[in-house]
Amino acid sequence: MISVKNLHKSFKKLEVLHDVSLDINDGEVVAIIGPSGSGKSTLLRCINLLEIPTAGHIFVDGVDVTDRKTDIMEIRQKVGMVFQHFNLFPHMTVLRNMTYALTTVKKMDQKEADEKCRKLLERVGLSDKENNYPATLSGGQKQRVAIARTLAMDPKVILFDEPTSALDPEMVKEVLNVIKDLAGTGITMALVTHEMGFAREVADRICFLDEGRLVEDAPPEIFFSTPKSNRAKEFLDKVL
Amino acid sequence: MTLEFGMMVKYMPYFFRALGVTLKLTAASLLLGILIAIPLSLIKLSKYKGIRAIGTFYTSIFRGVPLLVQVFVVYFGLPQIVGITFTSFQAGCLTFALNSAAYISESLRGGIMAVDLGQREAAMSLGVPYGKMMKDIIFPQAIKSVMPSLINEFIRLMKNTTLISTVGLVDVLRASQMVVSDTYRAFEPYITAAAFYYVLVMVISLLGKQLERWVNKSDQR
Repeated sequence: MISVKNLHKSFKKLEVLHDVSLDINDGEVVAIIGPSGSGKSTLLRCINLLEIPTAGHIFVDGVDVTDRKTDIMEIRQKVGMVFQHFNLFPHMTVLRNMTYALTTVKKMDQKEADEKCRKLLERVGLSDKENNYPATLSGGQKQRVAIARTLAMDPKVILFDEPTSALDPEMVKEVLNVIKDLAGTGITMALVTHEMGFAREVADRICFLDEGRLVEDAPPEIFFSTPKSNRAKEFLDKVL
Repeated sequence: MTLEFGMMVKYMPYFFRALGVTLKLTAASLLLGILIAIPLSLIKLSKYKGIRAIGTFYTSIFRGVPLLVQVFVVYFGLPQIVGITFTSFQAGCLTFALNSAAYISESLRGGIMAVDLGQREAAMSLGVPYGKMMKDIIFPQAIKSVMPSLINEFIRLMKNTTLISTVGLVDVLRASQMVVSDTYRAFEPYITAAAFYYVLVMVISLLGKQLERWVNKSDQR
């Protein structure tokens, strides 16, 4: 589904990603973990070209997104993203937040879009909030709307960029539950997270990044019990 | 020394007609100015240095040359070059619009930059193309922070339209001048003009406050 080949990314002189190669198969859930500043978010943001890679290739569904001829907008409709700070549109109601891209990008009929999004709202447990503005929602509710908004576009992959890092502790669970449900539906997911327990529970594979390098790529039971590298051991000692 | 405001009464219809001209000129210039300012602000936010430079140069011209000189260049100078004669209203409208665009685009640029970058990223990640993103996501949010300076520009522009009296358009100022030459009294006509402008500015600021409240609506719920 996603294939990252020899990816490099530098901001001015600072190299953030160094020769990262990674494959994410159809239906797989991959958790990307590592210390802050290790390049996790940058790796994720390169996949839907919110950051332009300095070198290397990224294939989504067989299409090279780093190729200048590739229609980025088309790729982005296939690759959904959920942000740390939700990024809901504050001037639109919850329902409009979700239907906006459907009606303007996918040219779906407004009624049809409304219906579709109401079902998704029900799925994330927020049916009663469709006419609310984002400002009136709690952090956890906002993030659930943001996930539903991403789902509305029927993406093949969803990228989660620290989806619970900006939440109050008591709201983390409600968001993780929604993500866990999704993981069970067979959608492909890449998840940058600091929730180690959660990564262990839902991920098929753990990718450990350190100083811009992909240091380990292993199933969770192996990564958490017998990490190969010293860096991963040190990191796990600190966070577990 | 006695003041005779009573004699102004018979000139009132004349003043009100002139007020219509001032209002029309202000509204037309502001509208046209905003229309020019929108692409201009996007030019100023371009990724490319060369394109940004065009925007900066534009603003520096209209900020750096006195407005009256701009009016003269357009009204007297342009016809010689392009061969079309402008009416004083057209010349005023064009000059004030181009001038306002320089100022409005500056605050619009600031307003767009003040919108959280995450908004842009969210729109991009949903596959929303640039034009629609700007129109539906970024501008509606930018307008909130731009509103106060837009109202200021409205007021500044309205007062600046008095410059058009120098090329013969009968606006409120020019009307009062004509009353002066008719009556050989200066204080009453000019004070009347001043009152007209003052009341107009007050009305604009009042409406502006309402407008600001209206655009901020979604935050308060």
